[in-house]
Amino acid sequence: MDIHEYQAKKILSDFGVKIPTGGIVYSPENAENKAREIGGSKWVVKAQVHSGARGKAGGIIICNSPLEVADATDKLLGKKLITNQTGPEGKIINRIYIEEATDIKHELYLGLVFDRSSESIMVVASTEGGMSVEEISKEKPETIIRSKIEVAVGIQQFQAREIAFGLGIESKLISRAANTIIGCYKAFSELDATMVEVNPLVVSHQDEILALDCKMSFDNNAMFRRDEIAELRDKTQENSNEVYASDRGMNYVSLDGNIGNIINGAGLAMASMDMIKLAGGQPANFLDVGGGATPEKIVKAFKLISMDTKVKVILVNIFAGINRCDWVAEGIVQALSKIEIKHPLVIRLAGTNVKKGNEILKRSNINYIEASTLEDAANKAVKALG
Amino acid sequence: MSIIIHKNTKILIQGFTGKIGSFHAEEMIKYGSNVVGGVTPSKGGMTHLNLPVFNTVKEAVDQTGASTSILFVPPAFAADSAMEAADAGIKTCVAITDGIPSHDMVKIKRYMRRYPKDKKMGLVGPNCAGIISPGKSMLGIMPGHIYKEGKIGIVSRSGTLGYEAAQQLKDLEIGVSTSVGIGGDPINGSSFRDIIEKFENDDETIAVLMIGEIGGPQEVEAGQFAKENMSKPVIAYIAGLTAPKGRVMGHAGAIVSAFGESAIEKVELLKECGVTISKNPSVMGETVKKVLVENNLN
Repeated sequence: MDIHEYQAKKILSDFGVKIPTGGIVYSPENAENKAREIGGSKWVVKAQVHSGARGKAGGIIICNSPLEVADATDKLLGKKLITNQTGPEGKIINRIYIEEATDIKHELYLGLVFDRSSESIMVVASTEGGMSVEEISKEKPETIIRSKIEVAVGIQQFQAREIAFGLGIESKLISRAANTIIGCYKAFSELDATMVEVNPLVVSHQDEILALDCKMSFDNNAMFRRDEIAELRDKTQENSNEVYASDRGMNYVSLDGNIGNIINGAGLAMASMDMIKLAGGQPANFLDVGGGATPEKIVKAFKLISMDTKVKVILVNIFAGINRCDWVAEGIVQALSKIEIKHPLVIRLAGTNVKKGNEILKRSNINYIEASTLEDAANKAVKALG
Repeated sequence: MSIIIHKNTKILIQGFTGKIGSFHAEEMIKYGSNVVGGVTPSKGGMTHLNLPVFNTVKEAVDQTGASTSILFVPPAFAADSAMEAADAGIKTCVAITDGIPSHDMVKIKRYMRRYPKDKKMGLVGPNCAGIISPGKSMLGIMPGHIYKEGKIGIVSRSGTLGYEAAQQLKDLEIGVSTSVGIGGDPINGSSFRDIIEKFENDDETIAVLMIGEIGGPQEVEAGQFAKENMSKPVIAYIAGLTAPKGRVMGHAGAIVSAFGESAIEKVELLKECGVTISKNPSVMGETVKKVLVENNLN
């Protein structure tokens, strides 16, 4: 789960990371007042959307008066910000963060992630702040510092100091920088985060170490014990069909193609998407209804797929294990008696009692195309596009 | 021999009396697995499915001599149960539970470092289908009847894609020595490399089918291991060719976040290691058959 910049800043500041003074606003009037309250002579107006690269997309505006702050807020609120990470549909701007401008001396990069190879938490830092970590590793790989943290004891002062020295930070600021790194680590490990990124982390002309922009992601599997984080979810930043699916316990990812998929199991779902592509088509979605594929889940899945206007053909691929094909087939028949499907429907059943399952489908009055293998199903789905 | 589980392997069910634990325990017993009892804290002394229930894993191991356990405990308590099994001397624990936080998985793995190699539990999963040695024992939630007894080792992240492979092999009259589901989580108990090493050392297994997907370094690590240490052929299929970067595809671990983690990159890196690639999921069985013929193993 992702959260907004201002939410991540609040969390990190609770762990001792310094951030510029700022506040969240929902209207131009609000914004003007907030600028006056913050004081100073320069402000930054930042669109709060779940995406990086907001600056390049026009989502970050520097202002020289509270009136300009109000104007910039007015310009951004309610608009969709299209960045190179949001896709062409963009993301709606409902919240604006107003911040005092910072007098930047150096821009640095600081990130924390799980390292899947060593199964530990990895701190990644670089002197090249402001660029994405992918760009840094491509263009300036020699500037990257990596430090593996032993999770049983957590980050040590010396490790944080080593990183800070590695970033070329002046001696008098080392302990401030180390505390910033330790604060980020603590937030990561104590709140079930999967990613903390401060980019840029800046050294100001006033000798402060400040988190100028930051991002945090959290483990969805840990939300049962992180109410305070779960509350920060902003559904307006997610695809509406994906929200519908996740609220009903389905794993769904919206894609660009026009063949809708209903599949049990994540691996089989990815494999079926691959077969569609190899057959010359494009999947409209990833959808895993779960290993079980109960009739209730199949009904929900048909509802979800029929909400997607891109879909022109629906492909159902179920490998029935413990749950037999005849039972799954009855679920499909039941689902289709409740929902009207106008598109061609390709169904492939496999596994336990597959003959019985196919007989049930044939005996019903469902209009569908039967497929035998994964390949056959994908070919028939692409052909049905016409 | 098969790997990890054999005909007489004594099995405990952790989370025995719950609905899911009970259902799958019954399926395992029907298959012929040697289930000797189960653990549900505070229900010790009960009898469930005609088997004893214990309060602690230690007690269950003392009384039954079980070496192996399978975990159906809800995510919030699963890490604790896995560590309890490790401490009670369980040799292999399969965690079926889906939804264990990554931070908990890191904790379990650190916890297990306290045991010397010969006393260390092998954890398989979580979020997996479990293990089956066809005709001998089933320690998982798979449909046992789709697996034919034989000589191919299967190791898969995905449950249903592993079933698909077993069915394709069966249709070609090819059997399986053992099939191991290692699960779809980013941090898991046993890696592809851990399992293919066991297959290399198993007399009965003649070739290994590895079914991977996008995300993480484990498929490629296994490929490198195979290149340097294996005499048996390895066949692989990698799912997720069409998966967009940076999105989680159902499995918490199925996300492309670094170089070498996409399906195309993994396929290229595995080819360099001498692994035969099944070009699509519909021909996993055929590809295995072809490799067997080429190596005079059929």
